[in-house]
Amino acid sequence: MGIRYGSDEWAKALCQELNKSQAWKDAAKNWEGDIYFMVEPREPWLEGFAMYFDLWHGECREACVVQDESEKNPAYRIWAPYSVWKQIMDKKLDGVQAMMTGKLSMQGDMAQVMKMPRATTELTNCSLLIDTEFPE
Amino acid sequence: MWFFITPEVVYGEDAVSRLGQLEGKSAFIVTDVNMVKLGFVDKVKEQLSKAGIESSVFDEVEPDPLLDTVKRGSSQMSKSGPDLIVAVGGGSVMDAAKAMWAEYAGPGMKAEEINPFTAGLGLQNKARLVCVPTTSGTGAEATWGIVLTDEAEQRKMSVGSRETMPDIAVVDPQFAAEMPPGLTAQTGMDVLTHAVEGFTSSWKNDISDGLCIKAIQLVFQYLPRACKDGKDMEAREKMANAACIAGMGFINSMCAMAHATAHSLGGVFHTPHGRAVGLFLPYTIEFIGDVCEEYWAEIAYSIRLEVPKGKKAGPILAEAIRGLARSIKEPLSIKETDIPSDSFSNSMQKLVDNAFADFQLVTTARVPSTEETEKFFRYAYEGKSIDF
Repeated sequence: MGIRYGSDEWAKALCQELNKSQAWKDAAKNWEGDIYFMVEPREPWLEGFAMYFDLWHGECREACVVQDESEKNPAYRIWAPYSVWKQIMDKKLDGVQAMMTGKLSMQGDMAQVMKMPRATTELTNCSLLIDTEFPE
Repeated sequence: MWFFITPEVVYGEDAVSRLGQLEGKSAFIVTDVNMVKLGFVDKVKEQLSKAGIESSVFDEVEPDPLLDTVKRGSSQMSKSGPDLIVAVGGGSVMDAAKAMWAEYAGPGMKAEEINPFTAGLGLQNKARLVCVPTTSGTGAEATWGIVLTDEAEQRKMSVGSRETMPDIAVVDPQFAAEMPPGLTAQTGMDVLTHAVEGFTSSWKNDISDGLCIKAIQLVFQYLPRACKDGKDMEAREKMANAACIAGMGFINSMCAMAHATAHSLGGVFHTPHGRAVGLFLPYTIEFIGDVCEEYWAEIAYSIRLEVPKGKKAGPILAEAIRGLARSIKEPLSIKETDIPSDSFSNSMQKLVDNAFADFQLVTTARVPSTEETEKFFRYAYEGKSIDF
């Protein structure tokens, strides 16, 4: 039985994987900024408004599901329909290509993102390590 | 879903006359002092004048253009208010022009923030960009990629947006014919690297593939001739076409590790771009190795390179590229570029960090760890084939 995608437990599992990953530490060693991962449009099965990750210099300092948008004020927001997140998790879609084709949207300091392109890839790689149960 | 985008490509003898058919009121020519001295800017102005277009000139672009230069250029561009931007020069000039265009036309845009994820910059609403390459290398006339240098951070940064694709590429071989043999060789190796990496990156695709293969064939056939006799206009024209074809190919599939490491080396030691990518290409092929064996074999087949039964195509292709580089007097190791060993070792952390910060490392078919990247640089310094 896997961990349900989008749950508080899943967010914490990703945080753990990030902290175990040397590749992530290397790729994101200068990263400064917390992030909301959001499913847009909202799905009825979602536990909260967004998954929140506090990422700082290759470390994940906090991860949780927030119930309300105003709970945190993250530096970045990434959003996409559930079908796109699922394609990325199934390795059918490259996360960076999804951003380039507008399937996945991002808001925040893009100059920092351009300086650490591999961080995106390694974050995706870590999420693939979680035994995930996807809602139908 | 994926995109394949290119500019209008005007090529061949007298392609420059296309400028005389353009519609517009005022043009801002981005170039460097050498282009002015060689009379290339006058040729462009003459054509623009035929079209009734006034022009002003910014000739301050340096090799490995700095962010400050872009700011200065875009500021002058704003004062001039052109509806046409014409870049006349090599990759540095064309990249600087793209960045200036984005700062000029994109509200509040800074060059370092240009990214492929933000849509709707609306650059064409304010001006169109025409690129006239004077080298046969970067293919920047047919790409939206921009490489700028952040002097403070000692690094080259890859930025760009699909919207920074030039509207028109004018590929006239008369300009590249003026290149001396050394520059012809360096820039030619850049073409080859674009094509090989574009054909084997993790984003390779059906539409880019054919272009990349054609460019590889043209380089192996015509680069030695262009280096040997700069007045061989057939070779010059084929290499000019190859650069543009490779540009269209790789920008839609991206490059890989040779570019990431070359940008890194260039940011620290100012090694010319074409020389650096060409140098790293065989090492990259060896490092990626079996992951792309099928593609190395396809390339080898396309250039009639014999791969004996039971042998792998990757190492044979790497050696063929070293042979080509040797024949046109390009270095095969970093050591041969006269970078002192102690300076190189002292800069290792910076070299690895720079490579990791490069977008092209995302699309390499085998992604290296930090340890592997350091080892890769050390092997390339010594000229030792990759065996890890």
